[in-house]
Amino acid sequence: MAKKTDAEAMIVATNLTKTYGEFKAVDGINFTVRKGESFGLLGPNGAGKSTTMKMIAATSQRTGGELLILGKDPNTSGPEIRAHLGVVPQQDNLDRELKVWENLMIYGRYFGLSRKFLKGKIEELLEFAQLVDKRNNKTEELSGGMKRRLTIARGLVNEPEILMLDEPTTGLDPQARHILWDRLFRLKELGVTLVITTHYMDEAEQLCDRLMVMDKGKIMAEGSPSELIKKYSSKEVLEVRFGSDNNASVAEQIAGIGERLEILPDRILVYAENGEKALEAIVKKGLHPVTSLVRRSSLEDVFLRLTGRTLVD
Amino acid sequence: MSLINTTVDTAIAIAEKRAMRRGSGVYSGRSRVVLERGFYALKSSTWMVVASGFVEPVFYLLAFGYGIGQFISGTTDGNGNPITYAQFIAPALLATSAMNGAIYDSTWNVFFKMHFGKIYNGMLSTSMGTLDVALGEISWALLRGLAYAIGFMAVVGSMGLIPSWWGLLAIPAAVLIAFGFASIGMGVTSYLKNHQQMQWIQLVMLPMFLFSGTFYPLTIYPVAVQYFIQALPLWQAIQLVRGLTLGILDWAMLGHALYFVAMIIGGLFFTTRRLTALFLR
Amino acid sequence: MSLDLSSENRMTWVGAKTLVDPQVSIKRGALFVAENRIRNMLKWWTSIIAFGLGNPTLYLLSIGIGIGSLVDNSLGPNAIDHVSYLTFLAPALLATAGIQGAMDEVTWPTLEGFVWDRTFFSMNATAITGKQIANGVMIAAMVRCVLQVFMYELCLLAFGAISWQSIPILLLVASSAGLGFSSIMLAFSASIKDDDGVFALVGRFIITPMFMFSGTFYPITSMPIYLQWIGWISPQWHATNLGRALSYGMPIESWLVILHWAVFLIMTIIGFSWAHRVFTKRLEA
Repeated sequence: MAKKTDAEAMIVATNLTKTYGEFKAVDGINFTVRKGESFGLLGPNGAGKSTTMKMIAATSQRTGGELLILGKDPNTSGPEIRAHLGVVPQQDNLDRELKVWENLMIYGRYFGLSRKFLKGKIEELLEFAQLVDKRNNKTEELSGGMKRRLTIARGLVNEPEILMLDEPTTGLDPQARHILWDRLFRLKELGVTLVITTHYMDEAEQLCDRLMVMDKGKIMAEGSPSELIKKYSSKEVLEVRFGSDNNASVAEQIAGIGERLEILPDRILVYAENGEKALEAIVKKGLHPVTSLVRRSSLEDVFLRLTGRTLVD
Repeated sequence: MSLINTTVDTAIAIAEKRAMRRGSGVYSGRSRVVLERGFYALKSSTWMVVASGFVEPVFYLLAFGYGIGQFISGTTDGNGNPITYAQFIAPALLATSAMNGAIYDSTWNVFFKMHFGKIYNGMLSTSMGTLDVALGEISWALLRGLAYAIGFMAVVGSMGLIPSWWGLLAIPAAVLIAFGFASIGMGVTSYLKNHQQMQWIQLVMLPMFLFSGTFYPLTIYPVAVQYFIQALPLWQAIQLVRGLTLGILDWAMLGHALYFVAMIIGGLFFTTRRLTALFLR
Repeated sequence: MSLDLSSENRMTWVGAKTLVDPQVSIKRGALFVAENRIRNMLKWWTSIIAFGLGNPTLYLLSIGIGIGSLVDNSLGPNAIDHVSYLTFLAPALLATAGIQGAMDEVTWPTLEGFVWDRTFFSMNATAITGKQIANGVMIAAMVRCVLQVFMYELCLLAFGAISWQSIPILLLVASSAGLGFSSIMLAFSASIKDDDGVFALVGRFIITPMFMFSGTFYPITSMPIYLQWIGWISPQWHATNLGRALSYGMPIESWLVILHWAVFLIMTIIGFSWAHRVFTKRLEA
C-alpha cells in the first residue's frame, strides 16, 4: 500500500504545469484529491482537463511543479503508480481483435495478475458491467453504452485505488448514461476514489463531491456543486427567447430585472431569486417573449459565468 | 460483489517488486503478456491468412527457380561446385521472407495497433513499460517468422534444395534476421502518420530484395555498387542463410550474424525511446 | 464556447427546389464520383509518380537486365523469341502495371466506401445511384491505370525495351486487361462484408500466381502442361501474349488475337453487370 503517513491524500498537485513548446496546456494548478472522494474536472474543450488527467495517469510527464500520486512521483515511478490506477479514456480503446472476456483477461495480465485470480474477477466484472451474456462477442458487436461499461470494467480489473474517467458518458443515449451513473455510484460506495472529467453539468452534479472548474489551463473555481452554484449563481434562472434578431435589443430594455443577465445568441438568461416574478416584470414592460422557462440554477450557469466570453456584469 | 478484497495489493506488489531496479520506468518484465494477447487475437483471426503466410516465397521459387531456371545454367556455389538455380535462390527467398514477415508485422500491424486500434495506449495505461511492449511485439513477429521459416524449409527441403545438414541452422538464422528487421521496423513505424507514408517502406524493401544478390551474384555490378549492397542488411542476411543451406561455412558468416546482433541492440534502444516519447511524454 | 453576437451569421436560402437540377446528377453522377476519387488520389500524387516510375525501373534493372544477362550467358543472346530478354519481358510488365494500377483503385476504395468510411452511403443519399458510384470508381481507376501504364512505357522506352510507335497500342492492351480484371474485382470488393484478410488471400492465391505463371518471365509453353491453364484463364497472359505480338512481332494466329480481345471484353461485361447489381443491392439494403 501507499505510505501510511500520507494515506489520506491520494493526489497532490503543487503548481503543476505542462507546456507543449510555447503553449501552456496546464498552467500552474494546485489541488489535492483525498481517499474515497469523487473529484470532477470541469471545463470547455481545450481547458487542460485531459492533459491533467494524463499526468495523473502517469502517461504524460509534467514540465513543471510537483505531482505526487499515492506519495510517488509519476515522472520516475510510472509503472508502479499505474499499477494502482484504473484508466477509462475518453475514446474506448478496447482491443477489437479480442472478445469481451479476453479484453478483461489480457488487460489484467498486463498488470501481472494471475489467470486464476482473473478468472473469478472477470465473472464479477461482467456482472458489474451487465455484459454476462456478451462475454464471447467481439467488441465491435457491442453498443456504445456496452463498450463504455466494458472499458470501465476493464479499468477495474486491478481493483484500483483511483479510477480515472475521461468524459465517461459523452456520446451515450440518456438511458445508457443513467445505467453508467448507477455503476459509478456503486464504485464510490465501495470507497474507490474517482477522478472524472466532463463537460456535462448534470453529470458533474450527479457524480462529484467536489469540482474544479478549469479554463485555459488554470483553475477558475473549486468547491462542491452546491457551493459553486450558491457562490456564482442565483437560486433560479428565467430563460426567455425573443427571436435571434431581437435578443440583444430587448436585453437593454430589461436590464435591471433580476440580479444579472446573460445574453446568448438564441436566448436571454435572467438570474433571479424568483424566476416567475422576473417574468412578470418583463411582461409588465410590454414585452412578450416567444418562449419562457423558469428553472433552478445549475452548474451550467456557474460554468457560463466562469468561462463564458459574454459575461455581462 | 467484492471489488475490494484481500488481493487488492497483487498488481501493486508485482509492480513494486521491480520498483528499485534499473530500467523499472520502461520495463516490468512482462513482455510475454503481449504474446498472450497475440494468441488470443490469433484464435479469432482468419486462419487461412495466417497459415498461408509462406506461400509467396514458394511461388517465387517455382517461377524463378524452376521457370527461369530452365534458361539459366552454370550456377555454382562459393567453392565452384555446380548447383541448380533453384538451390541458389532458395536461401535468398528464405532470408527475404524473414525480412518481409518481420517488416510486415512491425510496420503494418504495429501501425494499425498504434493509430487505429489504440492498443498501446491501453497497454501503457497499465503497469507495463515501453520496453515490455516493444519486446513483446517483436517477439510475436519472431514467432510468426519462425513458423514461416519452418514451413518454407519443409517445402524446399523436400524438393531437395537444401544440400547440407547445416541448412537446419538456417531456421534460427531466419529468426535472427527477422529480429533485426523487426526491432528497427517498429521504431520507424512510430514516425509514420498515414498509409501512404507506409507505402514508402516498400520503396526501400523492393530494391533491397531485387538487388541484394537474390537472383544472381553481386559480381555483375561495378565494384562501388557492390560495396554499397554489401552494407545493406538483406545482403548480409542472404549470405548467412546461403552459406548454411549450401553448407559452405566461413568466418565471414560470423560477421553477418554480428551485423544482426548490432541491428537488434540498436533497434531495441531506438524503438523503446520512440515509444516512450510517443506515449509517455 | 464562443458566443459571438457581433458577426452577421446569416444564411442565404433559396431552397433545393430551385437550387438543384435533378437532371444534372442523373446525367453526370458517375463523373462526380470519379472527380471525388481523383481528388483523393491527387493528395498522394508524389507517391503515385514515385511508384509509377520507381517500380518499373527497379524491375527492369534487376530482372530485365540482371536475370537477362544470366539467360544470355547460358543460352547466348536473343535466345527467347529471337529478341533480348528485356524486350521479351516488357509487354508482360506492362500488363502487370495495367492490372495492378486499376485494381488498387477499385479494391480498397470500394471497401472504404462500403465499410470503413461508408462514403458510398452518403453519396447514395444524394441523387447519385449505386450504378453511378460503381462507374465513377471505375472511371477514376482507369485514369490511374492509363497513367501508370504510360509511365511504365516511358521507362521501357528509356531502356530500349519497346519502340515508341508501339506505345499507343500497348497502352490500349494493358489498360483493357486492367479494365477487364478490375471490373470483376470491383464487384468482388463490393460483395465482401469486411476485409478480414480476404484481400491478403486474393493477393496470395490469385494475384501473385497470376503474375508469376502467366508467361511473364518465360514462355508459358515451357511450363508443365498441367500448369498452363493458369495462363489461359488469366488476363495477364492474354495481355502479355497480345502485347508481345504487337511489340516485337511475335508470330501469332489471328484467331488468338480475336480471343485475347474477346477475353477483355467478356470480363468487362461480366464484371460491370455483376458490380452494378451488387452496388445497387448493398446501398438499398
